[in-house]
Order: sequence, then structure tokens, then C-alpha cells
Amino acid sequence: MLKRVHFGTSWLPFALVAPQILITLVFFMWPAAQAMFQSLLVQDAFGLKTEFVWFDNFKELLNDEIYLQSFYRTAFFSTLVAFFSLSIALVLAALADRVIKGATFYRTMLIWPYAVAPVLAGALWVFMFNPSLGIITYTLDLLGYDWNHKLNGGQAMSLVVMAATWKQISYNFLFFFAAMQSIPKPLIEAAAIDGAGPARRFWTIIFPLITPTTFFLLVVNIVYAFFDTFGIIHAVTEGGPANATTTLVYKVYNDGFIGLDLGGSAAQSVVLMVIVIFITVIQFRYIEKKVDY
Amino acid sequence: MIEKRPITTFISHFVIIVGIIIIAFPVWITFVAATHDAIRMTQSPIPIWPGDQFFINLKATLWDGISESDTRPVAFMLLNSLIMAMIIALGKISVSLLSAFAIVYFRFPFRMGFFWMIFLTLMLPVEVRILPTYEVVAKLGMLNSYAGLTLPLIASATATFMFRQVFLTVPDELLEASRIDGAGPMRFFFDILIPVSRTNIAALFVILFIYGWNQYLWPLLITNDQSMVTVVMGIKEMLESAEQAPVWNKIMMTTLLAMIPPIIVVVFMQKMFVKGLTETEK
Repeated sequence: MLKRVHFGTSWLPFALVAPQILITLVFFMWPAAQAMFQSLLVQDAFGLKTEFVWFDNFKELLNDEIYLQSFYRTAFFSTLVAFFSLSIALVLAALADRVIKGATFYRTMLIWPYAVAPVLAGALWVFMFNPSLGIITYTLDLLGYDWNHKLNGGQAMSLVVMAATWKQISYNFLFFFAAMQSIPKPLIEAAAIDGAGPARRFWTIIFPLITPTTFFLLVVNIVYAFFDTFGIIHAVTEGGPANATTTLVYKVYNDGFIGLDLGGSAAQSVVLMVIVIFITVIQFRYIEKKVDY
Repeated sequence: MIEKRPITTFISHFVIIVGIIIIAFPVWITFVAATHDAIRMTQSPIPIWPGDQFFINLKATLWDGISESDTRPVAFMLLNSLIMAMIIALGKISVSLLSAFAIVYFRFPFRMGFFWMIFLTLMLPVEVRILPTYEVVAKLGMLNSYAGLTLPLIASATATFMFRQVFLTVPDELLEASRIDGAGPMRFFFDILIPVSRTNIAALFVILFIYGWNQYLWPLLITNDQSMVTVVMGIKEMLESAEQAPVWNKIMMTTLLAMIPPIIVVVFMQKMFVKGLTETEK
């Protein structure tokens, strides 16, 4: 932690940490404390009276069908996004790892979507699937399939999943590809001499050896789907139709800023904090130690 | 490649190329939309090959904005995005460099306390504390200002941790030598520590620039003044207005303009980008 050779006590180190600590106190600790405090309060419709209600907001949340549904929906959404973006990236990385010619060119062509903001990714996809104009809607119509994500909840969910997956493939590809490239070649060559074909080598050598990366990416993808997809959902569906794409983060925003339910929104924030703390603990306990064989 | 399997190799190339085409397809459609006039873009089926209006649309979007209403020209939004991204990236780097330096190179009371306090911020992403943070910023009178827009995003545990790791690998002899030469802590920091970690700083800058440029939820809440609008935020407004005034050529041109700067950074600074991404996630 501390350097063997270091400087002694003076006012200087305090001045050095001061900016970060100040920002942390003002914009992290204070709001977090306020969220916890507010989650125990109830305000009347006109904001005139505030009452201390202990854990009633949480009780209400846990009995709220809509909230529980958005909980399951978020889990479902995250699972789909993590599954599709991980498996597509894995296939592409395994193929790029096989070919020698063009591997770096392919990498360049595959990683750029990382730089696209979620809301822009949403704009790209919602334009292709625009019910009256979209190029894919038009094609689907020719095939006899009616697409309107503004009315059909299932279609809205698939559109959001597609846009979120599209954006995340590049990140997963980059990590899978790097992990595969770092596997010592003699291992693969030995297996080839023993007569194992490409598929066999992938499942018995490459895939087990990149398990730590896979676990790490799994956590990152779930965090991404939970917290970083707000822009996509906001641009594509605004949580609709009929809450079909309202995830937890979208609901915090919606209840707090549109519905102005301060206590309820604060309680939801606290629940989200607990989820983040849980994920962070998992990340540090298990991922740091590396999942090994 | 281990063995000669021309067919497998061909299939590998083929599948990757198909993958690349599918991934690039949405951007192609966007580009095509930005090269036609507004009327063509309201007739279904929309074109899939480029037209000849690209530069006309570019000029109109950049300098006149999206419609005759009160929205700002997109060049102005791009400038705002650039300012915000630069403040966030440079601010985060400076703040984290300083605190990592203090934590690694000084013995002082509450050192570990500060360290854990920074660590805790990992657990509080903006998305989970939006409403209370908004209230704090409002109380401080920082709505619609660059300070309110950037300060809450500037403290970051990941950057501090990365610099801490980097500093821990710097040989102790460097500090001993500079002490013998009579350099104080700040001299050591500026003349030795920053130069030896410059590639890490560059790598982090690439990641943070993209992070800053792509901020959406926070600017959306904190600014309601047209003079503060960033291009990423502007898109949403345009998508909403498309119901009444479907100027898809200009909307898609704006989308294109909004994603090009970060994509250029990723593609042309790829080495730094990959380094930054893998190091901050450690």
C-alpha cells in the first residue's frame, strides 16, 4: 500500500487528497445519506407536510406489483443482453483468433461501437425499426410480419435488447480476443498434434483457460445492462408500452422526476445501492482471486 | 494457425465479415439517411444507397440546427459536448493523480480512511443516486452550469486505483535519487512521477473522453437551458420532435456527427484505448 520510501507527515497530503475527498463528500456521501433519510419519509401530494414513516416506503415497494415486475423485467433483460452479447462476441473472438491474416483489421472493425453513446445506439435502432418508415419494419412487412414496438411490449423489449447487445459486443470481443491471444501457442499445438480438431481444441483448452475473463465479463455485462442502458431505453421506448421496458434505473428516474414521488424514488435508490454493493463485493471476492482450474 | 484447413479458414473469415457487416448496418442506414433530402426520407421504403445531399445536410445541420424552431445549431452542441468531455476527462485525471500520489507516497493520519472513502464511491454510480444528487446540485445553485454538469462526475475510484497501481510499480530508487538531488514532494511529482506514468495518463484520457462525451442522464437532469445542451442530449429532443416534423435527414446527420468524435478516438488511438480499458478494469 504505502511506499517503503515515503514522505513524512505534513499538511501537503491533506491538500492533495482534498479535491477528491471534497467532491466525494458533497456529491456522493451527502446525496447517499439523503437518499437513505428520504427513503424513510413520506411527503404529501403538495409537498407541504413530511412525515417520518420508518420502513413503510420499503414495505410498500415490496408489495408493489409494478415494482416487483420491473425487478423481474430487469433481471430478464440483463440475462438476455449478457447472454447474447457474450456468445456473439465469443464466436467472433474465437474465429478472429484462428485467422492470422486480418485479425487486427477485424478487431478495429468490431470495437468501434463501444464509443457510441447508449442513447445514440437507441436512435440508430429505433430508426431502423420505425413503425412507418423503418427499413427493417418495411422488410418484415413484406415477409408478412407486423412490427410496431410502440404498441407491442414484446417487440419493444426485443428492440431494446438488440440495441443494448449491439453496443456491448465490442467490449466483450476485445476482452475475449485479448484473453485468447495470451494463451501460449504450444498448448494449442500440442493438442493439434494429438489430433484434436479446432472445435475440440476450443472446448477443451481455449474455453476453460479464458474462464476468468468470462466471469469478469459476466459481471460487467450485468452491471452494464442494469445501469448503463438508461439512454437506450429512454430513446427507444421511454419505458413503454405499458411499462414493458421499464427497468429499475428507468423507474427511479421516472418516479422521481416525472412522478415526483420522492420517498418512493429514494427507497428505490437505496435498493439499487444495495444491489451495486452486492455486485462489487462479488467482483472483489471472486473475480479478483481469479476463477482458476 | 496450427494446421492447414482452407475451408475452415474461409468460413472463419466469412462469418467475421458477415458479423462486421451486420454490426455496421445501422450506421450505414444512418449515413444513407443523412445523404437524402427531407422529403425522400418520409417515403417508405427509405433508400439504402446514398444520395447527393450529404454536404447540403451537413452545412444546414451544423450551422442552422434541425428546424426553424429555437433549437441551437449542432455545431454549438458539439462544442458544448467537447467542453464537457474535456473538463470531465482532465478533471478526473488531475484529481485522481493527486489523491493517488498522497495515498501512495505519504504517511499521514486517516490515510486508510480516505482510501476507503474513495473506494466507497465505486458503489454509488450516478444512476442510483440521481434524485438526491440533483437536489444537492440545486441547493448549491449549480443547475445549468458546467460545474454542476461535470463536478459530480469527476470523483472516480477507478482512476485513483489505476494510478495507485502505477505508482506502486515505480522503483523506490527514483524517489531516493530525487531526494538526494534535493527535490521536494511536488517537484518529484511533476518532474518524475507524471512523466513516468504518461502512457497510463494518455490511455485513461481516451477512456474518460468517451465517458464524458457520452454522458446522457446527468446532463439531461441538470440542464434545461438551450445554451447548455450537448449533442448526445440533443438527439433525444430531435427524436421526439420527429413525430411532428420528420426531418430524418438532419436527425440522422446529427446522430452521425455525435458519434464520430468518440469513434475516431477509439479507432486512431486504439492501442491507448485497449490499454486504458484493460487497466481500469483490473
